[in-house]
Amino acid sequence: MTNYVYYPGCSLGSTAREYQRSVEAVAEHLGLRLHELADWSCCGSSATHGAERALALALPARNLNLAAAAQAAAGASSDADTGNEGGLLVPCAACYSRLRSAQAELNDSRDLQADFDHATGEQWLGGNVRVRSLVEVLWRDLGPDAIRHAVKRPLAGLRVASYYGCLLVRPPAVTGWDDPEDPVSLDELTAAAGAEPLWWPHKVECCGAGLSISRRDIVGRLVGQILSEAIDAGADLIVTACPMCHANLDTRQDIASRAAGRPLRLPVLYITQLLGLAFGYDQRQLGLGSHLTSTAAVTSRLSASAREVQ
Amino acid sequence: MARIGVFVCWCGSNIAGTVDIEAVTRAAATFPGVVHVEDNRYTCSEPGQAGIRRAIEAHQLERVVVGACSPRLHEATFRSAVASAGLNPYLLQIANLREHCSWVHRDREEATAKAIDLVRMAVARAARLTALETSTVPVTKRAVVIGGGVAGIQAALDIARAGFPVTLVERSPSLGGHMGQLDKTFPTLDCSACILTPMMVEAAAHPLIDVRAYSEVDKVEGYVGNFRVTVRSKPRSVDRAKCTGCGACYEKCPVQVDSEYDLGLGKRRAIYVPFAQAVPNCATIDRDHCLYYQRGRCRICERVCEAGAIAFDQLEELAEIEAGAIVVATGYDEFDPAVYGEYGAGRWPDIITGLQFERLVSASGPTGGEIRRPSDGRKPEAVAFVACVGSRDEAKGKAYCSAACCMYVAKQAMLLREKMPDTSVYVYYMDVRAGGKGYEEFYRRAAGQYGVNYVRGRVARIYPSRGRLVVAGEDTLLGRRAVVEADLVVLAAAMIPSAGAAELARRLSVSYDEDGFLTEAHPKLRPAETNTRGVFLAGCCQGPKDIPATVAHAGAAAAKVIALLSRQHLATEAMTAQADPGRCSGCMSCRPVCPYGAITARDAGGLRSVADVNPAMCQGCGACVAACRNGAMTLLGYTDEQLLAEVESTWR
Amino acid sequence: MPAHILSPAQQQGYAAAVSSRAGTDVRACYACGKCAAGCPVAPEMDLLPHQVLRLVQLGAVDEVLAAQSIWLCASCAACSTRCPNMVDLARVMDVLREDARHRGLRPGQPRVAAFHASFLDVLRRGGRLHELTMLISYKLRSGDLLGDVPMGVRMMLRGKLRLLGGSPARARQAVREIFRRLEAPERRKADAQ
Repeated sequence: MTNYVYYPGCSLGSTAREYQRSVEAVAEHLGLRLHELADWSCCGSSATHGAERALALALPARNLNLAAAAQAAAGASSDADTGNEGGLLVPCAACYSRLRSAQAELNDSRDLQADFDHATGEQWLGGNVRVRSLVEVLWRDLGPDAIRHAVKRPLAGLRVASYYGCLLVRPPAVTGWDDPEDPVSLDELTAAAGAEPLWWPHKVECCGAGLSISRRDIVGRLVGQILSEAIDAGADLIVTACPMCHANLDTRQDIASRAAGRPLRLPVLYITQLLGLAFGYDQRQLGLGSHLTSTAAVTSRLSASAREVQ
Repeated sequence: MARIGVFVCWCGSNIAGTVDIEAVTRAAATFPGVVHVEDNRYTCSEPGQAGIRRAIEAHQLERVVVGACSPRLHEATFRSAVASAGLNPYLLQIANLREHCSWVHRDREEATAKAIDLVRMAVARAARLTALETSTVPVTKRAVVIGGGVAGIQAALDIARAGFPVTLVERSPSLGGHMGQLDKTFPTLDCSACILTPMMVEAAAHPLIDVRAYSEVDKVEGYVGNFRVTVRSKPRSVDRAKCTGCGACYEKCPVQVDSEYDLGLGKRRAIYVPFAQAVPNCATIDRDHCLYYQRGRCRICERVCEAGAIAFDQLEELAEIEAGAIVVATGYDEFDPAVYGEYGAGRWPDIITGLQFERLVSASGPTGGEIRRPSDGRKPEAVAFVACVGSRDEAKGKAYCSAACCMYVAKQAMLLREKMPDTSVYVYYMDVRAGGKGYEEFYRRAAGQYGVNYVRGRVARIYPSRGRLVVAGEDTLLGRRAVVEADLVVLAAAMIPSAGAAELARRLSVSYDEDGFLTEAHPKLRPAETNTRGVFLAGCCQGPKDIPATVAHAGAAAAKVIALLSRQHLATEAMTAQADPGRCSGCMSCRPVCPYGAITARDAGGLRSVADVNPAMCQGCGACVAACRNGAMTLLGYTDEQLLAEVESTWR
Repeated sequence: MPAHILSPAQQQGYAAAVSSRAGTDVRACYACGKCAAGCPVAPEMDLLPHQVLRLVQLGAVDEVLAAQSIWLCASCAACSTRCPNMVDLARVMDVLREDARHRGLRPGQPRVAAFHASFLDVLRRGGRLHELTMLISYKLRSGDLLGDVPMGVRMMLRGKLRLLGGSPARARQAVREIFRRLEAPERRKADAQ
C-alpha cells in the first residue's frame, strides 16, 4: 500500500473523465492510495507560460505549497491510512510538466521565490515535493514485473502503438526518466499487460496540443500523420497518457482522415484503461464508452466471459 | 648584496595598455638591491636584448629581473642575452606581467599594484639566485614512432632516409591505419591502397626501420635523448618468420567473427589477415574467438599450414628499446553516432558512418565495391549523406569542425553517382569547407557535373517508415522542410582521438585538451612538437586533418626528430634536485616519485644510505622535493630560501 | 521582401534582453535548421523557428513580434531538445509571446491568442478550468461560433463537458488573488514597500 497525494488536474473532471475512472480502477487494483490534494487549482497549462511568466510559475507553485503542507500534515498524523511515501502523483502530462518546471525554476532563484511571495502572499515551501508522473510511478516505482503479477486477463494478440506525445519526455532536463527520442516506459507497461508493443516512428511527434480548438486544421494534419504511421505499423490501438493528446487523437479522426486523404480509424486508450482491461475491469468501469472513436474493435477481442470483473 | 637590474617591458600595448609602466619602474628603483631600472617597448627585440647586455656591463649587474611576458615565450631569449654579456644565464628572474597581470585584469590601478608586487617578488628571488651549470648527455640515435598509419609511416620513412634507425610500433596486426580502409582519396581520386601500400612496403623493407606490428607501448621511462620504451609484442600465435601469407589457414577456419577492418559490415575468421595488402603479411589468431583457445578443439589451421607457422604456445614479448626521440602518431577513431536518438541511436543497419561507406565502396570490401544496403543487400535507389554528426555540436558531440568530412562526403557522393547513375544522392550540409588545393573545384564537380543534390540544413530525424528511411531535414535556403525517403543513410561522423591516446599521453607526460587531442607546443609555430622535450606529434592525434595535412605534419615531426638525433650531445637541465646528506634520513620516499629514475641510494658510510640525484637525468620537476619529509631535498633555482623570500617580500 | 538595414545598437539590445529573459544565448544559433526540420507546425509558420531567432539576433522587434509563428508554436520542445547549440528555442517563443502581449500588439494568430485569453479569463474567475465556459468564451471572442459544435454536443452527451462547474471556494479565492496581484503591478510594488 503506497500513499500518494493526488493532483488530478482540470481535464480529468470533464473531457478526460475516463482517464480519472481508469486511474481509480488501476490504483485500487495495485494498492495505490490516492489522497486528492484539497483545494487544488489549475496548473495554468499552456495558456500561462506564453502569456505571463509570473502566472506560469505562481499557479502551479501554489499547488506545490499545498502538497508540501499535505505531506507535512500526513507525516505528523498518527493515522496509518494517510501518508506521503510516494509523493505527488500527477496523471496529466501537461500538469506534470508545469509542476516540475515551476518547481525547478523556483528552487533555482531567490528572485523568483520573492516574486512568488508577492503573487501569493506565501513563502515558497514546495521545493522538496516529489512530483511524479503517473507513468513514471507505474514504470519506475512499481515496475513491469509488479504489473505483470497483477494481470488477470493478459491482452494477448493486441498490437499496441504507444504514443508518448511531448511533455512526458521533453524537455529532458524536466522529465529525464525516459529517452526523449525513443522512450520505452509505456511500451514496457503494455508488454507487462500481455499485449504486443510495436515500435513505430511517431512515438514522440507532437499532436498539436492546445491548437486543437483554434487551429483544428493543423491538429488534423498532425493527427493524420500519427494515425497513418500507427496503422501502417500494424497497430490495433494507440495508448497514451496525456488528456490533450487523447482528445486530439480520439476526437479529430475525421478531420485527420480528410487531411491524410485516406480513412483513418483507430481506437485510442489511456494506459490506465489498457491496464484496467488486463486487470479484469470491464469497459464500463474504465469509461471506454465515452470515447468519440469507438473502442469496440478492442473490447470485442477480449473474451466475453472475462468481461466482468472478478 | 648582489647588484640587481630591473627591465620592465611594455610589450607594445599588451602590458602598457593596462599597467602603468612608469609607476612600476619608479617602485622597482626602491626595492632592495636594485641599482638600475629601465623600461623598453619590446624587450625581446634586438635593441631590447642589446639594452640588457649594455646595462649589465655599464652597471656591473650581478642579477637581472625582466618584467615581461610568460617565461614560456622568452626565458630562453633573455637567458642567452644575459649569457652573452658574461653573466651566468641562471641569474635571471622573470616576472610575468602579461599572462599573470595585464591580460587577466581590467582595472589599471589594481593591475599596476599587482605588477609592482610581482616585480618586488622577482627582485627578492633574484637576490638569492646562484649560478648554475649544465652538463651534457649523449643522444641515443634511434626514434620510436607510435602508430603505423600514414602519419607514422611517413615520419618513420623520413627519419630513416636521413640515416637514423626507427622502431615503428603499431597495435593492429598490420600497418596502414584508416587510410588503408579508404577506397579513393580526394581531390585526385587516387586509389588509397595504391598510394599507401608502396609506403608500407618501403617501411617494412627499409634496413633502418624495425616494424613491430601487433604491438603496443607499455611503458616509457627516461627523458629526451635517453628514452627507454618498453614495447609489448602481442602473440599472433603464428611464427612471422615462417608464415608466407598464403591464406590456407583462414580459408579453412570454421569460426566467423565481425571484421574490425570492415567495421562490422563483413566477417573475418578467427585466424586472419586483416586485408590483402597487409604488411607484415602474416596471419594472426584472435584468441578470444579461436576454438582452440576457447574450448581446446579444432587446430585446423595447424593442419593445413604447409609452412608449419602456427605456434599456439607463442607468448607475448617485452622489449626495451632505447631511443632519443618519440613520435606519437596514434591517429583517430570515428565518433559513435549512437548518442543521436533522433538518428536511430545505432539501431538501424542501413544508417552507417563515413568509414563504413568506404568499406562498401572499396573493391576489397565486404561487398566487392558494390553499394548494397547492409540490411537486405538491395541496391539503394536514394542515398542521403548527413554532415556534421558529432562535430559542430556542443549538445551531443564535439564543438570542433572535423576538417575532412565535407570533402570526403563530396567524394563519396561522386563515387556513388559514378557507380550507380540511377541512384539519387543527397547531402545535408551546414557549410561546405573546401579550403585545400583543388578542393573547391572538386566539390563543385560533385554538386554540378555529378548531380549530387546539396541541401543546406541539418536533419532533425531519421526513422524507418514503410520500408524506407525517412530523412527529415531542412532546406534553410528555401525555408522549407526537405524530406528524403532514402534506402541508405551515411552519417559523416567526426574524427575523435584514437582509443587509448589519452592514456599514452599520460605515460609520456604530454598534455591533451578537453577533446582528448594531444597538445602541441604552439598551435601556430610548433604544431609538431609538445611541451615535453623529445616527444613529437604526427597526424590526427593532434587534431582532425586530411591526408595532405597529415603527411606534412608527419614530415615536420620527422624534421624535428632529425634535428634532435643529429646532435652529439644535449645540454642537461641546470635546475636539478640535490639531496643534502646532512639532512637526508635515507627513507628514499623521493625515489619512487621520480618520473625519470634519476634517484638512487648511495652508501654514506656506517649503516647509512642517502639519496643521490643524477643531475644528468634529473629534469627538475620537483616531485622529490615535495616528497622529502626532512627537507633534505632542494631544487636548484627553486630553493626554499628563494621561494620564501618571494612570498615574504609581499608582506609590507 | 524588404531589405534589412542592419543596426548594431538595435541588435545588441534586443538579442541580449531576450537571451536574458529566456535564460539561453540567442546568439549561439548558427541557423542550421534542425529546429525547423523537426517542428510539427513549421509547415504552417510564416517564419521558421531559426528565422525567428535570426530576427531576434538582428533586433527586428516589430517584425518578429508581428509573426504568426510565435503563436503557432505548440511548445512541444523538440527544437530545444535537439538544438546542437543548446538554444532553448521553446522558451524564447514564450518570451516573445509575452513581449507581444505586454506591448499590446495585435497577435499574429488572433484565434490562438483568443484561446489563451479565454482560458485565463475562466481561471481568473473560477480557480479551475471549466471547459464549457472556456469554449463559449472563446467562441464569442474569436467569432468562431459554429466550429466544433457537433463534436461539442457529442461530448456533452457522453458526459465529457460538464454543464455545471464548481471549484472549492479556497481554490477560487486563492487564484483570484494571484491574478489580482499579478495584474496590478503598481499595487504590487506598493505592497512591497
